[in-house]
Amino acid sequence: MKISVNVDGVRYDDDVEPRLLLVHYLRDQAGRVGTPIGCDTTNCGACTVLMNGVSVKSCAVLAVQADGAEITTIQGLANGELHPLQRAFHEEHALQCGYCTPGMIIAAADLLRDNPHPTEEEVRDGLEGNLCRCTGYQNIVRAVLKAAGSAGVTA
Amino acid sequence: MTTETAHEVGRARRRKEDARLITGQTNWTDNITLPGLVYIAFARSPHAHARITSVDLSEAKAAPGVLAAFSGADLAAEQGGLPCAWPVTPDIVMPNHPPMAVDTVRYAGEIVAAVVARDRYAAADAISLIDASYEPLEPVLDMEAALAEGSVKVHEAGNKSFTWPFGNGDIEAAFRDAPVVLERTYRQQRLIPCAMEPRAVVCAPVGDEYTMWSATQIPHVLRVMLALVTGIPEHNLRVIAPDVGGGFGSKLQVTAEEVLALLLARRLGRPVKWTESRSEGNMAVHHGRDQIQRIRIAAEADGRLRGLDVDLLADMGAYLMLVTPGVPLLGAFMYNAIYKMDAYRFSCTGVFTTKTPTDAYRGAGRPEATYAIEHIMDDLAAHLGMDPLELREKNWIRHEEFPFTTISGLTYDSGNYEAATAAARSLFHYDDLRTEQAERNAAGATVRLGIGVSTFTEMCGLAPSRILGSLAYAAGGWEHASIRMLPTGKVEVVTGSSAHGQGHETAWSQIVADELGVPFEDIRVLHGDTQVSPKGMDTYGSRSLVVGGTALVVACGKVREKARIIAAGMLEVAPEDLEWDAGRWAVRGDPDQGKTIGEIAFAAFAAHALPEGVEPSLDSDATYDPDNFSFPHGTHLCAVEVDTETGKVKIRSYVAVDDVGVVVNPLIVEGQVHGGIAQGIAQALYEEAAYDSSGNLETATLADYLLPSAADLPSFTTARTTTPSTGNPLGVKGVGEAGTIASTPAVVNAIIDALRPFGVADVPMPCTPERVWRAIAEASAEGVAR
Repeated sequence: MKISVNVDGVRYDDDVEPRLLLVHYLRDQAGRVGTPIGCDTTNCGACTVLMNGVSVKSCAVLAVQADGAEITTIQGLANGELHPLQRAFHEEHALQCGYCTPGMIIAAADLLRDNPHPTEEEVRDGLEGNLCRCTGYQNIVRAVLKAAGSAGVTA
Repeated sequence: MTTETAHEVGRARRRKEDARLITGQTNWTDNITLPGLVYIAFARSPHAHARITSVDLSEAKAAPGVLAAFSGADLAAEQGGLPCAWPVTPDIVMPNHPPMAVDTVRYAGEIVAAVVARDRYAAADAISLIDASYEPLEPVLDMEAALAEGSVKVHEAGNKSFTWPFGNGDIEAAFRDAPVVLERTYRQQRLIPCAMEPRAVVCAPVGDEYTMWSATQIPHVLRVMLALVTGIPEHNLRVIAPDVGGGFGSKLQVTAEEVLALLLARRLGRPVKWTESRSEGNMAVHHGRDQIQRIRIAAEADGRLRGLDVDLLADMGAYLMLVTPGVPLLGAFMYNAIYKMDAYRFSCTGVFTTKTPTDAYRGAGRPEATYAIEHIMDDLAAHLGMDPLELREKNWIRHEEFPFTTISGLTYDSGNYEAATAAARSLFHYDDLRTEQAERNAAGATVRLGIGVSTFTEMCGLAPSRILGSLAYAAGGWEHASIRMLPTGKVEVVTGSSAHGQGHETAWSQIVADELGVPFEDIRVLHGDTQVSPKGMDTYGSRSLVVGGTALVVACGKVREKARIIAAGMLEVAPEDLEWDAGRWAVRGDPDQGKTIGEIAFAAFAAHALPEGVEPSLDSDATYDPDNFSFPHGTHLCAVEVDTETGKVKIRSYVAVDDVGVVVNPLIVEGQVHGGIAQGIAQALYEEAAYDSSGNLETATLADYLLPSAADLPSFTTARTTTPSTGNPLGVKGVGEAGTIASTPAVVNAIIDALRPFGVADVPMPCTPERVWRAIAEASAEGVAR
């Protein structure tokens, strides 16, 4: 099936199998390998991207469902300079191996769009769908709370 | 000129690694693509134990996009056996372990066939067209039953792999007439490491040379082992560990998939890729823990320890993998922990079952030991009516007694258990919580408070090679470093320790910045490629900083000494007349006269006027083999609230005071402690690899295997005391596993502490609400509720 998708500001017109997962489309066809895959049951959230501004697990979306959509991956989040969440993750040491980081940052961006000034508990609950094995989440929570106070976070 | 880099060690430097990780520019193995790349998929056994009667590949081979398909029989002549590098006893049973099963499968998930196809979807489609027939055999799922006479055999030679005895002191005398003897059986449930990056391999043949990219912790060990297993000469193999997304021991392995990718690349003469799915990985990545621990402790009436007697059954799973038999034995030296006693006896029997093989998982033997000793110390304190911290203090090695040779024969070089415990006690408000606990108990509150103690130590810095040799491990424990001084004064640091999230690029830069007096930003750390970093023993066992960091220091010392001779020539003075000061050799008594390391590096590069006989290079190598282990320690205190009506456990506060020696980067250390604690809590409360009665893994997905999320964990209060290690020039001890080792007993002890008034003596891990509720109900039914 023919689809037309805008990924990180670039329009792609492609012919895809109806069963192709969005994450495989992004990685294997669009070459946006910054979005990794951590599981096959939609539990881990590593592949989270923004679809029309809302976070989705791209392993739970078919590429054909993204026809006409605007997708933002971790590779398209920075706008000339680092997004406040990217900066905060670096400053607060909110990543170790970094595999969950793209999904975690995208999910946090969506969380802050919904709730620009969350409490610690709201951050923890809001990121429940994104698993990290390295950090124990403490610095991730700290980073999100820090970014929540900074300008441009919801941009 | 002086630089501002004199004190990089100790600074909370933000990590160099982050730049690529936060922007999606990371080079994971699955990101790699090559011209002509084809995809491998594996068919795996649905049975725990069965004879393979036939594997029909004809339909799969005919499917669109399929290049080839293979069964175990097709590869039998060339596939060799997967290696076990740790034959712990001379009479160990070490069965052949074909990468692809040929006639028998011994765990659900074992590989029985492979397909190579143009893309991953075609490969997966073809797998479903393979017709494999089996004659099911009875599974062997219980260690005790496996050892019983007449049990079904996992391997022809039987279900016992080895028994490894160890001990010191007169254990009979220690227990004879002891005023107090407690005997307990604890169960270390089976765990799945679950690094967030699933495994992946790419292998490219060029002529008779092969390059393998693998999501591995051990590129150097893997290269040696691939050569030994396949017969491909070592110098024709290059192994690259690109960015690796966590390991926790699970990528300390030589896997069937790696060997098969190499063989299939050779067969097809083109590059191949395999990436596992999570549900495939949960079955096929080695598991961790799974031990039955029988432990007896003898004490005087005042709580002084007399002896400790430990008997382990350790589940090897179906085969011995790289270090499977050695994992429980690493714990043998740690059961006595920080305590003095007169006698110690240990025995471990390795048992085969028809389950996924076990091997190293964060802590590897030490979490098991720490759990058992810290659990029984709390039990003993309760039995004696003593405060658990008071009992520990009565028995621990006092700070003035170091260096101290323990009953298990290790010499602890340093430690200060008093200081760490005092700090933890104060941060935790220990006395206030005890008061609140008593009030809740007196009031018969529904939600009880429990306080758990864990005063742990561990052996890190694996390892002195002579000790590994004495334990029958096949390799050494050294680490290698190279310093390359570039003409422009920049520095390339090559380390044999292959990082996968630990932050080596940052911490190593800090160390070298101090040693050579060059700016942090001017240093680049290279690792994880056997062509770039030809020598190494890789990353596991909290060894990188202690062993690899020391190798850096030694190599930097050699660079400085070479630089001194060249600088002396440049300044026309004798080398002895120069002194080193923050990156510069200067004339003693005339500090304006001097040359920076960068100026000297350029002089060495130009080589126009070097002193007679001096080679034009400052580059230096060092291979460092430690004399001793290092012994981080700490006191972790956990307060839980247990709802006695629902069994729900809530961690109310968690305080960790760790002593990891000198800290190179406090930010990285704190991160390691956080993550470690989370992983230990996960064992205590959430995770278990469960099998059904036919031997199928019930927790093959992350929907069933419960990795804790942010919503499941509290924030931790962390602090440090600093007692430098005396065993290495940096004074460092290692921190990668500390949190995991300490936290599991702290949490479980807290739960039991809350429930002792109900007569609960233990709750099996993971302490789910159901298990906690049942423990209360069963104890109450026995009429011991107060």
